[in-house]
Amino acid sequence: MIFLIVSFLVSMISASTPLLIAASGELIAEKSGVLNLGVEGMMLMGAIAAFATAHATGSTSLGMLAAIGAGMMMALLFAFLTLTLLANQIASGLALTIFGRGFSALLGAGYVGIAAPTLSKLNIPILSHLPVIGPILFHHDVLVYGSFVMIGAIWWFLNRTHAGLILRAVGDSHDAAHATGYPVLRIRYAATAFGGAMAGLAGAYLSLSYSPLWAQDMTAGRGWIALALVTFSAWRPLWLLFGAYLFGGIMFLSLYLQGMGVPIPAPFISALPYLATVIVLVLISRDRRRIRLNQPACLGKSFHAAA
Amino acid sequence: MQFRFEPRGERSRLWSVASPVLAIFVTIMATGLIFAVLGKPPLLAVYTFLVVPILNLAGLSALAVKAAPLIIMGVGLSLCYRANVWNIGAEGQFTLGAIAGGGVALAFANAPFWLLYPAVLLSGVAGGMAWAAITAILKTRFNANEILTSLMLTYVAQYGLIWLVTGPWRDPKGFGFPQTALFSASATTPVIVPNTGIHLGCLAAPFIALGIWLLLSRSVLGFQLRAVGLAPRAARFAGFSEVRLIWTAMLISGGLAGLAGIFEVTGPIGQLTTEISPGYGFTAIIVAFLGRLHPIGVIFAGLLLALSYLGGDAAQMNLGLPSAVTGIFQGILLFSLLGCDILILYRVKRIVPLKLPAGETA
Repeated sequence: MIFLIVSFLVSMISASTPLLIAASGELIAEKSGVLNLGVEGMMLMGAIAAFATAHATGSTSLGMLAAIGAGMMMALLFAFLTLTLLANQIASGLALTIFGRGFSALLGAGYVGIAAPTLSKLNIPILSHLPVIGPILFHHDVLVYGSFVMIGAIWWFLNRTHAGLILRAVGDSHDAAHATGYPVLRIRYAATAFGGAMAGLAGAYLSLSYSPLWAQDMTAGRGWIALALVTFSAWRPLWLLFGAYLFGGIMFLSLYLQGMGVPIPAPFISALPYLATVIVLVLISRDRRRIRLNQPACLGKSFHAAA
Repeated sequence: MQFRFEPRGERSRLWSVASPVLAIFVTIMATGLIFAVLGKPPLLAVYTFLVVPILNLAGLSALAVKAAPLIIMGVGLSLCYRANVWNIGAEGQFTLGAIAGGGVALAFANAPFWLLYPAVLLSGVAGGMAWAAITAILKTRFNANEILTSLMLTYVAQYGLIWLVTGPWRDPKGFGFPQTALFSASATTPVIVPNTGIHLGCLAAPFIALGIWLLLSRSVLGFQLRAVGLAPRAARFAGFSEVRLIWTAMLISGGLAGLAGIFEVTGPIGQLTTEISPGYGFTAIIVAFLGRLHPIGVIFAGLLLALSYLGGDAAQMNLGLPSAVTGIFQGILLFSLLGCDILILYRVKRIVPLKLPAGETA
């Protein structure tokens, strides 16, 4: 029984990690006022970049670096369109996802069905030998620990640093921030690039650790769930952590139920995470005031400085 | 040399038309570049992708067949986006149309054509509408973001279809394949040009576009939809009900997606299977934008995007490229289009140091 619970929790952590990483990047982008709906496409590009690089070099570290680079390149493409060329953010984000799906499928065509090195588990000395708690908390790969460090750092950055305050100001009133003398576009470029890097890294986690293979469209909507998570969290990092684990739990549960052979048709169980996302979004969004109070006021709006 | 964008103060009529042309040009160049990087001769590859598929009659009829669902859905989406309602779940509404209409077609397979076929089409439309209505009610009653809910419901619709064709609706004589029985003759979309695949839906598509164009440009409802998109605050002061307009936009686009779905499964496919669409619902989003959110423009955009599917197949067969190049072409096309659109509202100015004081309009 205890073994079962331990394996359940361990699997839940690995299902939640990609959501947490991708959503924490998108949180920063949205806090600066940029709504990038291309998370799914950036994750896919990260996944194939990591897989191909790890396969070629044998190094998962280089794979992760490649994923960060691929995600960033995608995000910069989006930033150029929406920030420099003032294109509609919603449409550009969709284009990024469509492009990323196609491009990753093209790059990955030769990698279907082959293996690449996987992220190794880091055992924290002594602690990982603790019964029960050891395997749950202290026997994971670097991205799992990294995701926790990252979300803490983001909380600290947004709430405790001057730079975080400027980022929030740009997202809440780009005109005021511009008038104060902050480079609105440069800050948004940086925030968007960070979002892309995190999405790429989340993709790397999928192809190097979660299911260490390349498959077309392997993100299966996780990028969109990460976007929903940011709204769910009302743009607050600690709620994002909670949300990622809630959704990761649901995603894992649906896999687990299928494996157990419960007498529910498999497609119903597979649809569970997506249905849950809708339900949770509805529950959260009902409170219009809460959304309006927390959503960056300039989210999705273009900024063109009247010179 | 440095450039900056300077507001024109009005929409440039020239660039409204020239921007898609420039975007298509940029896309072809970029695609050619990708082909070259992949080690294929770029000119031949672009020729294979964009010209070879339509060199013969069979290709042209395949183009019409592929364009029909794209145009029917693209028209609905352009109406939606004009009203600032971001329905991106047309793929799911397409699926539900196919399920609802297909269910009727299977249940009453022996009914006569004049009775069954209209009923099948209507249930298809109703299915698409019902699926869109979920998004509409979540948006209007619970303020839930329609982008995310309509997209999530697409996944749910796909799993629903998988369940039906692998479970209760599976053809008992189908050797275990995940598909239903073939629809009867009285539930099949008639082919209107003999010896081609061109079916009733291909004929209906331009008429639907015309109808929606009339609705948008000539009716009060169309005016309200455009107004709420262009100036939501003004529309609110004018007393237009935002809730009613969201419902209208969602139901029209959902209904049209459902219609596209039922045409597709009762026409070219002939049964329900797990794969009834190569992403038509998402491509229709690009169709809507490339068509300038204008129903007549959507017809041309639909044809071009239909060509990208045929081109993907041709590139796979003749050049050994994965058919995923279709998605790349589509993504780059939408990127270029959105990027080029800046020229409609802004003009490019070279920044000449020390001569003009910054900020003066020439």
